[in-house]
Formats: sequence, C-alpha cells, structure tokens
Amino acid sequence: MESLTSDELRHVATLANLHLTDDEVEKYRHQLTGILAHVQSLQQVDTDGVEPTGHATASNTVLRKDDSSTPLNREDVLENAPTTSGEFIRVRAVLD
Amino acid sequence: MVNRSSRTSDNSFLPAHVLRDRLDAREISSAELASSTFQRISTTDSQLNAVLRTTEPEANSAAEDADRRLRGSGPEPGPLTGIPVLLKDNMSMTGVETTAASKILSGYVPPYDAEVVTRLKEAGAVIVGKSNLDEFAMGSSNEHSAFGAAKNPWDVARVPGGSSGGAAAAVAAGEAVIALGSDTGGSIRQPAALCGVVGMKPTYGLVSRYGLIAFASSLDQIGPITRDVQDCADTLNVIASHDPKDSTSVERPFDDFGGKIGQDIDGMRLGVPKEYLVDGIEPGVRSAFEDSLEVLRSLGASIEETSLPLTDQALAVYYIIAPSEASANLSRYDGVKYGAAAEDGLNAAELSQHTRGELFGDEVKRRILIGTYALSAGYYDAYYKKAQQVRTLIRQEFTEGFEQFDALVTPTSPTVAFEAGARMDDPYQMYLADVCTLPVNIAGLPGISVPCGFSEEMPVGLQFIGPQFGDDTVLQVAHSYEQATDWHRSHPPL
Repeated sequence: MESLTSDELRHVATLANLHLTDDEVEKYRHQLTGILAHVQSLQQVDTDGVEPTGHATASNTVLRKDDSSTPLNREDVLENAPTTSGEFIRVRAVLD
Repeated sequence: MVNRSSRTSDNSFLPAHVLRDRLDAREISSAELASSTFQRISTTDSQLNAVLRTTEPEANSAAEDADRRLRGSGPEPGPLTGIPVLLKDNMSMTGVETTAASKILSGYVPPYDAEVVTRLKEAGAVIVGKSNLDEFAMGSSNEHSAFGAAKNPWDVARVPGGSSGGAAAAVAAGEAVIALGSDTGGSIRQPAALCGVVGMKPTYGLVSRYGLIAFASSLDQIGPITRDVQDCADTLNVIASHDPKDSTSVERPFDDFGGKIGQDIDGMRLGVPKEYLVDGIEPGVRSAFEDSLEVLRSLGASIEETSLPLTDQALAVYYIIAPSEASANLSRYDGVKYGAAAEDGLNAAELSQHTRGELFGDEVKRRILIGTYALSAGYYDAYYKKAQQVRTLIRQEFTEGFEQFDALVTPTSPTVAFEAGARMDDPYQMYLADVCTLPVNIAGLPGISVPCGFSEEMPVGLQFIGPQFGDDTVLQVAHSYEQATDWHRSHPPL
C-alpha cells in the first residue's frame, strides 16, 4: 500500500474536525499508513454474498411510545456549557 | 508458586461475599469499611494513580444507609449492600465529575446517573470514587490517560493494562472491593489478568450502556472487576437489566448468573483454539496456561485443541470497526455543549477544530483519523463494510465452535504486564496486547479472566469464553478452576 500523502491526511483531519500541527500531520501520516497496511489482510477473506454485522446480538429497531417524561434539570445542563447567556448556550459566530 | 504476603486479618483483600458475612455478623459496619477504603486509597494510591477522585460525602451517606438497611430497616439487603465499589471514570454519576480521562471533558459534571449507577445505588453498594483509564477507554496500558498513567501494584515500573487499568490496579491493591470496568476489545479482562484479579465482559446487551461514555457502541460492554468469581456473579446480577434507555439492551428473563456456580465440571467439553497460542506468547504465560489445562482435566473436563482460523483477522476487523464507531461517537465533543473549550477569538468552526485538536490526546486523535478515513467516500466498502462482513464470518466460526464445546479456554494476554513506555512509540504493538480478547467483543460473547499463575513474578490470566448468553456457564467453569487453585488469594506486597 502506498503512503498516505500529507494532503490526504489533512483532508481526513478536516472531515474529522481536527486541527493538527504540521508535526502531527507527518506523524499520523506515517502511523496511519502502517496501520492501514496491517488491516489489508482482510482483503484476502472471501466475503462474497456475506451480510455485514452491525451488532453482535440481533436487535431490531426498538421503538418507544411517544410519552412525555421529565427532562434533565436545565440549570444542571447549562452549568456544563463553556459559555452561556441566560437560559441559552452561547455559540461563537458561525458566519464571519 | 510465588509466595506472597498474606494479610488475612486485614479486610483490604477480602472478597465482597466474605465481607457481607462480616457485615451481617456485625463484626464490621459499612461506615467502617468505607473509611478503611479511603484510608487505604490515601496510603497506596500515590504510588498507583489508580483513582482519579474519591466521593467521600456520597459514600459516607450511602454507607450509613447501608448500615440501617443491614439492621433491618428499609429494603432487604443484597450481596452488594454496604460494599465499597469503584467506577471507571467513563460512567456518569450525578454531581460527580466524569472525565473519561480526557482533558476535553475536564470539569464535566453529569446531571444524571448511568443505569449501572442507579442499579448499584438501589442495591445499597457504596460508590467510593472514579478510577483511571486510557482516554475514552482507548488503550491497553492506561498510559493514554490525560491525568497520568496508572501503575501495576505488583511492580510499579510496569503498566496495569488497559483501558480499565485503574480499576484493576485498585481492586488488586485493596483500594476497592469491586470495580466496574468497560470492555470494548479486552479493557476489563486484559488489565484484570495483568493485575491478578477477576474480570468479566458479559454477553453484549446484558448490561445497559446508558450513561457510559461511548467509545465503540457495537462493542462496548460494562462488567465487573472483582477479587473472586462469586463476587463477579453477584455484581452481574445487580448490574444486568433490560433498559429501554439503551436500544441494544436485550430483553430476556435474567436468571441468577451464579446459578451454576458450585456444579462440578466433570464431562464439560472445553476447546483450546490453537490460534490463541500465538507466536508472541511468552514462555511463562504458555507454561502457566498449560498447567491450568492440567487442573481443568483433573476436575473432569475434557480438553481438545480446535481451530478458529479467522482469529488472525480479528485484530484487523477490530481496528476498523472500533475507530469508525469512535469517530462518529466522539464528533459530539465540539467545545460548545459541555466540557472544556479552546481559547477565545475563534469562530464556531475554528473553535471546534481547535478544541478537538488541542484537548484530545494522541491515541484518541489517531483513532478518530483511522475511523474517519475508513468511513470516508471511496473507502467505506473496502474497509468498514468489509470488516463488518468478516465480523459475520467470525461470529459464525464461534457459533460452530460452540456446537462442539461448552466453553473455550485461552490465555487472556500473550504477555504479562510490560514495562511502562515499552509500547508507546508503536501503536500496532500496543494493539497486539488485545489479540486474545478482542474476538470475544466482535462476536458479542461472554468472557472472563481469572488469575492462573505467575511469570517473571507478575500475574498471568486465564480466559474462558462462552456462547452468547452462556454467562452462567463461563462463571461456573471459572469458579471451578479458581476453587481448585490458590492464585486468587495472592495479592501484591504493597
């Protein structure tokens, strides 16, 4: 398998919403290339017509009744937000 | 056999069921047990860093309630009433900081209890604190904690295993009677083996994951770390439940998981999958394993070699599926809703990227990148879907194996605890630490590790794997082995 390029690694980091330093880009580029080389062994397994497994114990979609219940205490929830304003969570500017 | 100090007069190393007898006999109170637990933590944990924080006020109040309950007021006491229990710090508890050993969650105080916490409280257990772990449970040595590595109580220069390393080290060192861990690829069983205690991953879906900080949702399962197998069964009876708040929680009547404990294993068919005796297995681990098979034979079990050829692919399946699910689960940490955030002066998108880039640790970022890559356009079929298909084949292989065998028996880890720092520069070497445990998560099976000897004066673990919902069988055979040996009575000279 060919090495991931810095541009490819930066693209993945953008998709993952991760700001990386240049040193990190270099480090992870090499490490991911190594790890992806190891997992190539899966390509040797014949999986024609095999259904994928999402969860090991068969579970169907679970539905619940649309009943109301007591929500979490608002003050306790807001207490955890880094910045708040009154009863709201404060968010930085989305559009500059 | 390694000769280890024995302090039978001390309560620090007694299992819960023995302590419960002493509580019933009024030889000791729950309040005294809680107080001696905090005393023990304060004298030993500076060497171990196994406990991230203690919860004295909550514990003292729970212990007083337990003492009243033990004296006949309130609901009937159960096996865990009055017993000190430690929670891995990825389980939410109302009003108690819960960090998953990540800087990104430092300061986070859950406004609700995890379902296992609710069940422990109802059972009258005394929650004494939160234990150290690899950040977001990603690691096999507890060295990936943002709050410092935990140490192995048998030799503090070595790792306790991971990711529930703090939990296993604490139980081994007498800092808690029971700890709850979580196991995604071996994170309960491997540290239990490396620290010389009992650890069990139940069948997937038996224990609710509500309030467990998610790592890889199709693999994560909560389970007990204890001093013996009876405690493990008693704890599972308390924490297992059908919970509508976790859609993967299984709906089936639960019997007593310890119901088969004490039944002999004469005639039980045990398989030894040869692929688990990997090239990298240490001679001392192999020899302890072979001695264990002799013990099992002497108890009347039949032991046959078998083959699970896809075992060699399990690591690859795991290191696609777990990071993929993690990359999705961890997308919620954006510096807006809870936890810590990067500095001011950034717009919304930059805030999220910088918060994540600066506050996630090295291993977490690595796994998010692997997972994001495997799920990205053009690679999904080759990686994620392929891994899920091989997952189906691995499950089938186990299912066929359990037509011939009641349980499988393997080493828990190919090595004893390694030196701190030894694998930090090579992620793949670190991943190999879980080679004997992660197939069990891929197939959703129950697995338990019990102490089975020493190598290099460090504990070795023996793993039993059962069919889905064969948790009672796994506990039966593990108990039978344990009672025929003395390994579980050894404890570190700390």
